Formats: sequence, structure tokens, C-alpha cells
Amino acid sequence: MSNERNKSTTFPPRVISEIHRAAGEGIYEIRGGGAKRSVPNFDDLVFLGASMSRYPLEGYRERCDTDVTIGARHASKPIKLDIPITIAGMSFGALGANAKQALGLAATAMGTSTTTGDGGMTQEEREASKTLIYQYLPSRYGMTPDQLRQADAIEVVVGQGAKPGGGGMLLGQKITDRVAEMRTLPTGIDQRSACRHPDWTGPDDLEIKIRELREITNWEKPIYVKVGATRTRYDVTLAVKAGADAVVVDGMQGGTAATQDVFIEDVGIPTLPAVRLAVEALREMNMHREVQLIVSGGIRTGADVAKALAMGADAVSIGMAALMALNCNAPLYEEDYTALGTTPGDCHMCHTGRCPVGITTQDPELEARLDPEEGARRVRNYLSTLTMECQTLARACGKSHVHNLEPEDMVALTVEAAAMAQVPLAGTDWIPGSS
Amino acid sequence: METFDLSSAEVRDLNRRLQMRDGDDGERQFRVLHPNGAHALAAGLTHPIDVTIEGHTGYYCAGMNQEATVTVNGNAGTGVAENMMSGMVRIRGDVSQSAGATAHGGLLVIEGDASARCAISLKGADVVVQGSIGHMAAFMAQAGKLVVLGDVGADLGDSLYEAQIFVRGTVASLGADCVEKEMGETHLAALKSLLAQAGLDADAGSFRRYGSARQLYNFNIDNAGSY
Ligand code: SF4
Repeated sequence: MSNERNKSTTFPPRVISEIHRAAGEGIYEIRGGGAKRSVPNFDDLVFLGASMSRYPLEGYRERCDTDVTIGARHASKPIKLDIPITIAGMSFGALGANAKQALGLAATAMGTSTTTGDGGMTQEEREASKTLIYQYLPSRYGMTPDQLRQADAIEVVVGQGAKPGGGGMLLGQKITDRVAEMRTLPTGIDQRSACRHPDWTGPDDLEIKIRELREITNWEKPIYVKVGATRTRYDVTLAVKAGADAVVVDGMQGGTAATQDVFIEDVGIPTLPAVRLAVEALREMNMHREVQLIVSGGIRTGADVAKALAMGADAVSIGMAALMALNCNAPLYEEDYTALGTTPGDCHMCHTGRCPVGITTQDPELEARLDPEEGARRVRNYLSTLTMECQTLARACGKSHVHNLEPEDMVALTVEAAAMAQVPLAGTDWIPGSS
Repeated sequence: METFDLSSAEVRDLNRRLQMRDGDDGERQFRVLHPNGAHALAAGLTHPIDVTIEGHTGYYCAGMNQEATVTVNGNAGTGVAENMMSGMVRIRGDVSQSAGATAHGGLLVIEGDASARCAISLKGADVVVQGSIGHMAAFMAQAGKLVVLGDVGADLGDSLYEAQIFVRGTVASLGADCVEKEMGETHLAALKSLLAQAGLDADAGSFRRYGSARQLYNFNIDNAGSY
């Protein structure tokens, strides 16, 4: 019988079972989702609401604006959004067409943008989305100049938080005829995506690549550069020097449809320190607010949005949380979760293509479980809630625009978060690592 | 024939004109002087026009070309005709890395040599090289044809999907999952026609054909080291 005293912290049951699995299968675990390990995050920060030394705005009555303009640095047609919460890049292929359409409809209704992914743009997605950001990825699957011109902005993807330094994967179950045709691949293969762009390598090349993209799209479209959070200060600096109009920084909690578990859990830094490093880099170049910073990776609540903005982000991007609004991990069709060997709440089975709630699947029967209109309503509700929560916190701090939130409005509850966010530990004026 | 002299004109204005952004006035012949290695020359063209560039070009010359015929009387930098959709691009000299990268359609002819990663991630276009090419050519190439009259560097066709490769000279080494394949009648006919289109005089029978062994298409533990 197992005895508490005999339990090893080096080899807890989770580690033992992974060793057993690896010994049996001889291959790493592939899964969807983002980092599940515990990392310092926005929960470790709290706002200092107004009291005697600051005065708040009247909740619900006094204006607290949320709009943001992205890409005015070089683009003749910058993006104007009503809320600073965008939908992150997720491919048709990883997601079914209904999920993509629902996200597009919801983003449009809320006056924000949604984003394509590997494999190019679908017509349904373009029609559903007033503002559509087009990802320019290393694989270039389905990438055409006509689609570039149809997009409202271009996001050059250097990396993503779930797997900085790694390429994408889409397992055979999801490479249906339509997905295969869009990507010029044989149906049913396990698709691997390159991790490096095929025609440029370093930041000097990227500058030339960005110029080419501008030449091809008449200097109209904002060009974002997306990086997975690692050496964030340098990456942001180099992206700005390469001519980016906006930088997207995706922390390690950011999700993926399919990647090695070891990549998801052991590569990259959390979103919290990444935001600070990115803002510092922008400030050092006098580019803060000139080049917009969009932060993603584990944004779940209006509080997370407000904290990211207070640290200096211009907008945030949500991926997994938006899927949850579409019922990802909801206790529906429980027998199908069981068939995948999981339960609602623990599911990360996106890579299998057997999504019980019809989001990350290409199977028509499963997909039918997600009605695009109903899904759009749920995502809209969720985006509204995030926006109202963010405004509530901003008003409490006396701000008439959510962008007026600042680090000075926050303190940290842990030493780690204080060091990473560079805000004082609550009840002290101590910022670890700051002289 | 309309002439642009880049010793005085801007690349932006040149491309604007070649892309017919202010409307198609029917002019079909363009000549570009003093390119001086400028980048993104004749990129994003969408009309069936003829552009001749007199001199060397920088990165991404004729990038994402649609319909146009672009000729460079000189050498070309990285990513010439990258992601070309249709039309024809001909380089009279040598080219740098990633020539024809991800190109979906059309024909790229390189009369000199090409550096590394030629035809990387090719998606349906044809690339014909009269000289020799460097390493990692046709890496992850998905569709289309790469024809090389000279020699080929290491790791040809690594992680190849369905693109076809024809080589007349020597191959330093094949990449993972790339194998020599039998040259059938249809392959021979396709190669002959491509050589004719490229305007190159070579005996199609003297080429060898390479393609994917398709062993890496579905994940198999026994091949884990090759992924
Ligand atoms: S419910 Fe669907 S979208 Fe959510 S984790 Fe499971 S498979 Fe992925």
C-alpha cells in the first residue's frame, strides 16, 4: 500500500506514469493546449484601487474608453479596434470551419480582429471577419499574394509561446481533402511545418522581407511580427528595427493544436516577465505606443487584460480562452471525452481531431455540434465580459481609457511576480532586481 | 517599351507602375536600368507584362509573381521568384539562396548556378537550373519539379513530399526520405517539355529522377530519428 512517507518528490506518480508510457511507446507525447505547469502569472498582481490619494471614476457612468489603433507607424491603413482584445491566430485545419466562422462573427460584432493560421485563409473566414489578420508562417502553406492583399494586416510569425523554436504539426486525422488541398499536401499525412522561414533567416533579412511584403501590398497593411517569449527584450528590439508596425509577444502559456509536451512545458518564459521585457525594449527605443505591443498566452479574465495593459501592452490576444467560450472542456458529450481517455476540464486532445464539442475537428458529425451563430454569441458575451471587467478595474484606478492604467497602479503578491513584473511586493516598496 | 532608370527612380514607384496600381494602360514592355542590387524589384506583379532588368538584383526579385515574364540580365539575390504563382522568371546569371522558395506555379529558369535551399518548400512551380546547386535543395518540397543540369549539393530533397526532382550531374547526398525513382515515359515526356519551355538543350534521357519514399508521411517510431 502506498504510504505518504514513501512517496518521492523526484518521482511523483505523474513522472512515473510518463516514464512507463515512454518505455511502452518509444515516442514523446504530443498534445494540444498550453503550459499546464504552475508559473508566476497575472493572478500574482493586484490593483491599488483609488482611495484618498487618487479618485475613481463613477462605475457605468463615466467614460472609460477601450479603443486602440494598430499599425500607424508605416501602414497607410492602420487597424482601428473598439476593444483591445483580439482573437489569436488559429488555423482552419487545427480548427473546423464552424469554429473559425464563429470567432470571425464574434470579433466583427465586438469591433475587433481575428487571425488566420497555417494553411491560409478560407472564404468563410474572410466573409465572417471585418478585420482579419493574415499570418505569414514558415510553412507558407496556402499562402498566396491574393490572400495577402485581401487581409487587413499581416502577421509575420517567427514563433509562438507554446513552442518557440519549433514548427507546427497537424496529425493525419485532420488532413482531410479540403485541408490537404489548401496546403498542397497528400490527404491523411501527419503534416509537419518548418520552424524557420524558407527565404530569410536573421533580423537583417526580415527587414528586407517586410519591405517586400509592403511593396506587394502597396504599403497599406500593418505588419506585425509575432515571437514566442524567450529572449524577449532582444527579439522585440530586433523586430522593431526590422520595421514592424506591431509586435505580438506570446508567453509560454499560449496554446497550440499539437506539439510535443516537452516543448510546451519546458521552452519559453511566462507571459508576465515577457510583457515587461517587451515594454522595456520599446521604451528604450522611444517606440512605446508607436509600435503596438500585443500580448498573448494565458489571458483568461478582464483582470488579466487590465494587468497586461497596465504593464504597457496596447492589446491582448486570446486563443484557448476563446475556444473555451465555444465550449472547449465543457461537460457535454462526456462519453466522447472518455473515449479520448480524458474528462471535461482536463482535455488537451485537440491534436486527435476528435474534439467532443466540435471545435478542433474536421469530422462533419462532430463539427455539427458547434453552431456558428450560437458559438459567436458565446464568444461575444465572453469578450463583452472581459471588456467590462477591464473597464471596471480601470475606473477603480481613476482612468478614462484602459491604456491609462500603469504599473504604478499595481503591486505583486509574490516575490517572483514582483521581480518579473517589476512592481513592488505588496506592503513594501521593494522591487526585487531593481536598484 | 517603357524604361525605368533606378539611378534616379525609386523602387516603390517602379513597382507601383509594374503592378499597374493606377490602372492598366496597355503598356506591356518594361526595361529597368541600374538595379544596383535593389531588393523586391518587380515584386507582386499581377499582369502579363514583360520586364527586363539590366543588371544584378537583390533579395526577392519577382517575388510572388503572377502572370508576368521577368528577365534579369545579371545575378539575383536571395529568394528570387519566391512564392511565384504563375508567369516566368529567367535569370541569366547566378542566384543566391532559396530561389523559387514555396513557389506555387509558373517557371523559374536559372541559367547559372543556384546556392543553398533552391526550390525549398516548392508548392507546384517548376524550377530549372542550367548550372549546379547547393545543399538542402527542395527541402520539404510539396509539388512541382526541380530540374538541375549540373551537380547538386548535400541532402537533396530532405523530407520531400510530392515534388519531383531531375538531376543530370552528380548528387552529393540525398536527404531523409528522398530516393532515386524509375524514369517512366510520362516523366521523360514531362522533363522534355520542361526543358523545351526553359529553352535549354539537354538530353532528357541523361537525367535521373528522385522523389519521396513516403516513409515519413505518417509518424512511425522506427523513423523517429529522421523527423
Ligand atoms: S474540448 Fe476540443 S478544443 Fe477543447 S481541449 Fe478538448 S479537443 Fe481541444
